[in-house]
Amino acid sequence: MLLVLALILVTMIRQAWPAWSELGASYFFGTEWIPSQGKYGILPLVYGTLVVSLIALVFAVPISIGISLFVTEVAPEWLRRPVVTTVDLLAAVPSVVFGLWAFYNLLPGFQAVFNNIASAVSSIPVLNVVFGPSTGSSFMSAGLILALMITPIITSVTREVFLTVPENDKSGALALGATRWEMIRGVVFPHSFGGMTGAVMLGLGRAMGETVAVALVIGAVPQISLNLFGVGETMPAQIFRQLSEAGSTLRSALIGLGVVLLVLTILVNISARRAVVAVDRRFKGAP
Amino acid sequence: MSATIPARSTQTGPDMQEALRGGTLSGGRKAKNHVASGLMVLAFLAAAIPLVVMGASVVSQGYRAVLSGSWWTQPIPETGRSDLANNQNLSDLGFGTPSDAGASSSVVLGMAPAIVGTLLTVLGAAALAIPLGIMGAVYLHEYGKNNWLAKFIRFMADVMTGVPSVVMGVFIYTIWVLPRGVDGKSAWAAALALACLMLPIVVRSTEEMLRLVPDNLREASAALGTHTWKTTVKVVLPAAIAGITSGSLLAVARAAGETAPVVFVIGFVTTVNASFSGANTTLSAQIYGQQQAGGVLAQDLAWGAALTLVIIVLALTLIARRISRRFELS
Repeated sequence: MLLVLALILVTMIRQAWPAWSELGASYFFGTEWIPSQGKYGILPLVYGTLVVSLIALVFAVPISIGISLFVTEVAPEWLRRPVVTTVDLLAAVPSVVFGLWAFYNLLPGFQAVFNNIASAVSSIPVLNVVFGPSTGSSFMSAGLILALMITPIITSVTREVFLTVPENDKSGALALGATRWEMIRGVVFPHSFGGMTGAVMLGLGRAMGETVAVALVIGAVPQISLNLFGVGETMPAQIFRQLSEAGSTLRSALIGLGVVLLVLTILVNISARRAVVAVDRRFKGAP
Repeated sequence: MSATIPARSTQTGPDMQEALRGGTLSGGRKAKNHVASGLMVLAFLAAAIPLVVMGASVVSQGYRAVLSGSWWTQPIPETGRSDLANNQNLSDLGFGTPSDAGASSSVVLGMAPAIVGTLLTVLGAAALAIPLGIMGAVYLHEYGKNNWLAKFIRFMADVMTGVPSVVMGVFIYTIWVLPRGVDGKSAWAAALALACLMLPIVVRSTEEMLRLVPDNLREASAALGTHTWKTTVKVVLPAAIAGITSGSLLAVARAAGETAPVVFVIGFVTTVNASFSGANTTLSAQIYGQQQAGGVLAQDLAWGAALTLVIIVLALTLIARRISRRFELS
């Protein structure tokens, strides 16, 4: 089983090689991905993936940390299990169902809200570029759906991390007259910083690889656009859409895209594990 | 001789009581504390409300299809057909009325091929990944412990858990489908992709469960002169079986809901194909395919397939949770 990952890399690189060697630097640094014109620059797709994942993190991280704090510090005992179960259920929903729901039930509402925001800020510089006109499908829509999908994983890791905060430290802070919020800021957060970083990285890894839900709501237009309410495309969504009918050059370019995605997510995941393991060492002693 | 200890006064003065109740806190600190607690509740609602709304819309838009008998037994209609013009919806076609279970309708709608395909791919994946995963975990915990190979495998399993599912699909596509051309697309290829996704989950959850088995059991068995492999098979695995089952079921549930790695390695059919070879289809692939097809009829088919899939995944998840809770108690 340890051979599987190496095998994945080797076979995929072999299939991707024709595109890489033929296109060279224009593959990795090209700003146009238009397969019908033979343009295979992956930057718009990389850009889309990063933007969507970052939007997802911006929304999911505060929500997840809030839920974890609620479960570990604030909620009464009887409420804790139901809250955890609810968040876990969110993780059990297949991603294509998220996508279907978002496509039919959310996009019209998103379009109205986005356009209202866009017209409200249309006279303010910078903001009128970032929040431009929208057709519903957009970076922002995909990011919001992703936020919902990565909340369970970030919540479960941060919850574990908060549980490792020593009870004595917390009681000490409370005994000195701190309010619960002051105790959380003064004791829980400093103790948990590394673990929270790890949780965020894990969430980022998930978000970058998420495919179907994003494919349904992002609009399928590979472009580097600052308008977060505009259409875009991500790497996994493009692979998913095109691979089954692709001709040989496009196929090879898509498989190459898979390699790039794989390497990126592996890097993110390894650094996440590093951060979490470092926390374990500090608070539970070396394994 | 009983010296009476003077009862120490545990009574606190009114000032002290006031302070303990937090009455002497400055308004700003109190307000901040309340705001923070309120935000945490809001954070939970931000996750819970979409879940409830989504559940409600999947059920309300999918139940008519799922409740009809033909849904579970009949082939998928081809939405491009002229007698299924896109402006028709399920109720026009006689669905949802008690007098008609699809039999007298001119068009019989069903999802049987996708249901069969889902069960087939998931069972195939489970048959590949679960035994392999359990063997891997047994090696890690009973034999390898902390040697470099075990550490390396553990690390790889962690990394593999993070590999995007679409990349697994691309991998199986390159090693299985490409060499075989059109014939390569099959339930077997999809099962392979899902097995790759399940394997690391099964390995890690099984290892966690083996860790919970008390060492006393292993030592007692070893003291009777038993080999490690026999101890593992007769003592350790039976003790951990409930936890292993629940971890494996969770992996199966996750695999059943996967779409990305399945769509481009499985092909497309509208009739039941109960064999591993040849093109097939799954519920998740149908949800995506029907959504792409567009039109009211296809939309109803997609919602029906979504509800069916959610029911299957939810049932597996709940069974797994129940088993693991019983395991916790015993």
